[in-house]
Amino acid sequence: MPATETRSKAKLSRQQYLDLYYFMRLNREVEETMTKLFRQNKIVGGLYSSLGQEAISVGTAYALEKRDWLAPMIRNIGALLVKGVPPRDIFTQHMAKFTSPTQGKDGTSHFGDLDNLHIVSPISMLGDLIPVMAGVAMAGRYLGQKIVALTWIGDGGSSTGVFHEGLNFAAVQKAALVLVLENNQWAYSTPVRRQVPIENLADRAKAYGIASYIVDGNDVVAVYTAAKEAVDSARAGNGPVLIEVKTFRRRGHAQHDPAEYVPANEREYWEKRDPIMLYEKFLTDEKLLDAKSKKEIETKITALLEKEREFAENSPMPPPELAAKGVYCTGPECHDLQPKWERPIAELQPPKSSTKNSWPPYVPRADFGVPASPIQFVPAEVLASSNGAKAATASAVSAKVVAKPSMKQLKKSSANSTAASKKPAKKGAR
Amino acid sequence: MAPITFLEAIRQALFEEMAADPRVVVIGEDVSVYGGAFKVTEGLLEKFGWERVIDTPISESAIIGAACGMSYLGLRPVAEMQFIDFIACCFNQLTNFVAKGHYLWNAPAPMVVRGPSGGGVHGGPFHSANPEMYFLHTPGLKIVYPSTPYDAKGLMKASIRDNNPVLFFEHKFLYRRIKEEIPADDYIVPLGKAVVRREGKHLTILSYAAMMHTSLEAADALAKEGIDAEVIDLRTLLPLDEETILQSVKKTNKCLVVHEDTKTGGIAGEIAAILSEKAFHDLDGPLVRVTSLDTPVPYAPTLEEAFLPNAQKVFTAARELAHF
Repeated sequence: MPATETRSKAKLSRQQYLDLYYFMRLNREVEETMTKLFRQNKIVGGLYSSLGQEAISVGTAYALEKRDWLAPMIRNIGALLVKGVPPRDIFTQHMAKFTSPTQGKDGTSHFGDLDNLHIVSPISMLGDLIPVMAGVAMAGRYLGQKIVALTWIGDGGSSTGVFHEGLNFAAVQKAALVLVLENNQWAYSTPVRRQVPIENLADRAKAYGIASYIVDGNDVVAVYTAAKEAVDSARAGNGPVLIEVKTFRRRGHAQHDPAEYVPANEREYWEKRDPIMLYEKFLTDEKLLDAKSKKEIETKITALLEKEREFAENSPMPPPELAAKGVYCTGPECHDLQPKWERPIAELQPPKSSTKNSWPPYVPRADFGVPASPIQFVPAEVLASSNGAKAATASAVSAKVVAKPSMKQLKKSSANSTAASKKPAKKGAR
Repeated sequence: MAPITFLEAIRQALFEEMAADPRVVVIGEDVSVYGGAFKVTEGLLEKFGWERVIDTPISESAIIGAACGMSYLGLRPVAEMQFIDFIACCFNQLTNFVAKGHYLWNAPAPMVVRGPSGGGVHGGPFHSANPEMYFLHTPGLKIVYPSTPYDAKGLMKASIRDNNPVLFFEHKFLYRRIKEEIPADDYIVPLGKAVVRREGKHLTILSYAAMMHTSLEAADALAKEGIDAEVIDLRTLLPLDEETILQSVKKTNKCLVVHEDTKTGGIAGEIAAILSEKAFHDLDGPLVRVTSLDTPVPYAPTLEEAFLPNAQKVFTAARELAHF
């Protein structure tokens, strides 16, 4: 669907529009602060930039509810901020401080929070979190929680075996999983055209029988709108959704990498499509943001980050004796692991199921199709009462195109930022 | 109570834990209607339904990943590897993600990964492995490898109730070959505790799983020659019960380790190192290893027999050590 449509459909309040702006700016400023810290030699390991990809982290995470779960990749710092992680956690992690969420045991955005924010920590071996989040969604369904699990993968990570295992299993299970595929065109130094023989990675959704979208990843409202639809659909029990967001990695793989292998015209094209710049223009044109409120937001961010950076810089390194601690959970005094049941436990305890120990009879079909799964994943009454029940059941076989970027569109958007594209681009818009 | 098989003991543990605790679910290939390749999960579907007995595609990484995700919400999944050999397919998921969670980001994963292991049944090179040592080198995992129906049931219950990821190896040679009367009450066998199966004073034989029975058989033969072997069943390999091992070796002053796993990098080497460090002055002889050959598990019965340790090989090595 064209961006103009998504924007009118978005129906966000002014405050929500400004929230998206705030978090994108915060995302960028947090990373700017870390770049300075890196140059001052205060960051212990690597630094991975999401410059130019902020709309994706922010727009997708903003579509989640507090109870929902997310599992970021290393560049999804914006999603952590939206979910409620204070910037100091990100600074202290990168600086390996004792006050960081992992107390210095891991760096970067490699941390999580199972109890409150519902964040699963990233792992460097990409793709592994897809089945993990499928399991999160399945457990949520079992506990009656009506949660959605959202995670991200890159164009690079989409070639792993576990991407297939995880997404296929999630699809079979109709798990409430939203997978955001950030196609930033580059896996380290290898361009996407040397990784996959197809133009749109969203096409892979067809193989899993799930819904998909192709979205302009530099248009935060388009990203949010697609993510919100996907989250609602997944919550309603329609199974996983794959969202391919087209974007570009503006910096190298990490700080050490000048990314000289990127063709100059590619970089130039995408730098003109800076997501914050595009969104600022949209907000100004729509009279949602004026100079005064922009200044207020900037002042707020500067003051916050100054405080958070100081906290991180003044924090101690972990004591050496910590290295030997914490390999095992020692029992209830360490972690009292109790699930949050949101369905009557009497449904399960004592067990009274008398499930027939057989598969349903075979129903021959002229087209060699197979009958639907006999397993009722979500109790009917839960489905009926779900808010999202009426949400779009996105077509399982064709990707919806939400503002696919093109040169034509770029010209248009510089003329009028609200009219990104009147019609979907040719490819992927079947 | 009538005696039950090793396999039945594991099934009972799953059944009783699921009946007592709705947090416990079972996930794996062919675990529902079919009841698993060896029928360990037979009957669970009828009692606990589709929600708690979850079939998967042939996707070991997805099985482990999903079980891990479930455990993060407070469930206690028991994941089945159809054959434990297939655990290599999800090595990364287990060693890099699941095992490191508690240390790195305070995320315990209370889950059990169980499956049939070991040789002696002519399963060939991909259905007979003892891959425990790949995982012994991974901090954060626990490794259990029982040898009797009583232990299998009690250790399975303890594994399910443990807050850490536990790899539970079930030697398939034992599944239907040994029977034991076990108590009707709810008991556990604690993880990390070895047990003395036979007391003796001339040497210590350390073993586990199917080789524990081989070791006992050898000990009987040794007794006829006046050699009194103490046989210890390790039961849990990680964490290893150093105390029981050291106590015995300090008494007998000689140690033989018998395992079905291949020799190089097997747990006997680790035990040799522990004894060198902590009982050097108590040793009156070298640590001796009786293990499988350093080859893949061969298929032909003649080859597999040559590959595996047996009571005769243990007897010969033990007698030599006793006379050292």
